[in-house]
Amino acid sequence: MYVNEMVEEASVHNRPERKKRLGLLFWICVGWIALNLLAAALANVLPLQNPIFQNYASVNAGPSLHHLLGTDDLGRDIFSRIVFGSRVSIEVSLGAMVIGFGVGAPLGMLAAYRRGKFDSILSSVMYVFLAFPAIIATIAVLSFWTPRSLLKIIVVIGVASIPLVYRVIRSAAMTVATKDYVVAAKVQGATDRRILMKELLPNVAPIGISFLLVGIATVVTLEGALAFLGLSVNAPTPSWGNMINESLAILQTNPWLAIFPSLAMCLFLLCLNFIGDRLRAHFDVSEGKL
Amino acid sequence: MLIVIVFIITVGAFYLIHLLPGDPAVVILGTGDSPANRAKLYRQLGLNKPILEQYFVWIKNVVRGNLGTSFISQTSVWSTIKTALPIDVEIIFLSQILAFAVAIPTAMRSARKPDGWLDRILSAGSFTLLSIPSFVMIVLLVLFVAIKLGIPHTGPSSYISLSADWIGNLESLALPSFTLAVGSYVVYYRVLRSDLIATLQEEFITMARSKGISQRRIMWRHAFRPSTVALLGTAGVNIGGLLAGGFIVQYLLSIPGLGYTLIASIGRSDYLVVQGVVLVVSVGVILINFAFDIVINIVDPRISRE
Repeated sequence: MYVNEMVEEASVHNRPERKKRLGLLFWICVGWIALNLLAAALANVLPLQNPIFQNYASVNAGPSLHHLLGTDDLGRDIFSRIVFGSRVSIEVSLGAMVIGFGVGAPLGMLAAYRRGKFDSILSSVMYVFLAFPAIIATIAVLSFWTPRSLLKIIVVIGVASIPLVYRVIRSAAMTVATKDYVVAAKVQGATDRRILMKELLPNVAPIGISFLLVGIATVVTLEGALAFLGLSVNAPTPSWGNMINESLAILQTNPWLAIFPSLAMCLFLLCLNFIGDRLRAHFDVSEGKL
Repeated sequence: MLIVIVFIITVGAFYLIHLLPGDPAVVILGTGDSPANRAKLYRQLGLNKPILEQYFVWIKNVVRGNLGTSFISQTSVWSTIKTALPIDVEIIFLSQILAFAVAIPTAMRSARKPDGWLDRILSAGSFTLLSIPSFVMIVLLVLFVAIKLGIPHTGPSSYISLSADWIGNLESLALPSFTLAVGSYVVYYRVLRSDLIATLQEEFITMARSKGISQRRIMWRHAFRPSTVALLGTAGVNIGGLLAGGFIVQYLLSIPGLGYTLIASIGRSDYLVVQGVVLVVSVGVILINFAFDIVINIVDPRISRE
């Protein structure tokens, strides 16, 4: 009896039982992201120099003990500007993802569960918007919708991400919704609400989380791009994109000004992408579904 | 479907100017504000009519190729776009050739031995490149290639037009094309690699192997074509994205393509040019996606039958 069960279980997990580990690199990346988030949240409390104080006595200084990463052309501390600059990137990306997932995820799950007319109408609307070049739409709306503010940036990017989130979550929920345990729950007379929350949500969540991480990375890049176009926060408030943009004018005299914020941004993105990728592999989601 | 999307784009682009605070005419005219210009703009956009009628006035002009006249530079928006567009096309063309030329052989190499040492290196490399945004890449390239190595015509504001000097033109477009190529390469490599690995496990490949067909021939003649469906779909979306992503690269190097025009116009509050560029680029992206859908159907006719 016991053996039979074992055999059956082995055939369910048809791949050999090799517990996939997330690996050391994964946890280093998690740690780095956590450190970034913490520094951004506590930037006001940490013993950092004023990010917009202009110290003309030390302009374009290289890295030193006093200024860990040196100063920019106006004598502002680069390290402190990077930490404060991460706030904008993180605020925008988290805010936009709250909107994108807040609207896109429930709609996607509902559409996958309900099917029928609700699904087909909603999906065709979403696909029309998905065909829209989202970056251009974002740039266009932000350049006309003046005066600009952080909140408007978040709203525009968030709304633009809804169709994308919808598609990912819907296709993930679709495969879950046809599983036996969902049918079983239905037969048992579970309410729709219960099935959605207890059966669908936990099984869609892993895909959702790894997509969320990739989404955050995308929005961080997008915010940087907007900063280059002068559509993000105004100077002197630092953001990673702003800093890289400003560094271009004096690239010849002070290359550090370009290198450090670029490094901060790339490391942040690399870690997010890596965590997302590992989670996806861990939960065995094929990339084709995303 | 195509018509519906293009229609929605025109509505969106039309409605943009109504997002402007206050009287759009005042904001659009900006420094060129005078009673005569204002009357002209009112006539051109039909601003005193109800909004539905305004759309028809506007769309009628657009269909005739009249996107309005910029009151700030005093030139027609359409002629501005017409001179800028070929530069974008050239950059995208160069970058795509480069990206495919590297992505296809490397993906085949990786797929031949998944998880082999070469595959690991290539995958890790592509993953790192994935995390470098185009604007970071271009800044670093300018720093190292144009400033440190001092290669001519690669720095900012050194664009040379194709008709003036084609070698100089290629030099001045080398960095932007390379930057966009890297971004595309990463996407193409990853998609093609995973599809090739899946295809190579199919029975007809085993069959071909058992017949003693060479590895190279199996790759190119048997495995490649069925593995390109997702690649082509991605390429369609990606090229559309490049139009937008190329903006920053152009802007940083002052290459007078559409992206540069767009950003410069945003800076000058030249809203009619912004509207025109947004409209042309959006429709262009949709058409590119549509064209790729057709190509995919040719490569794999099963898709249209489903």
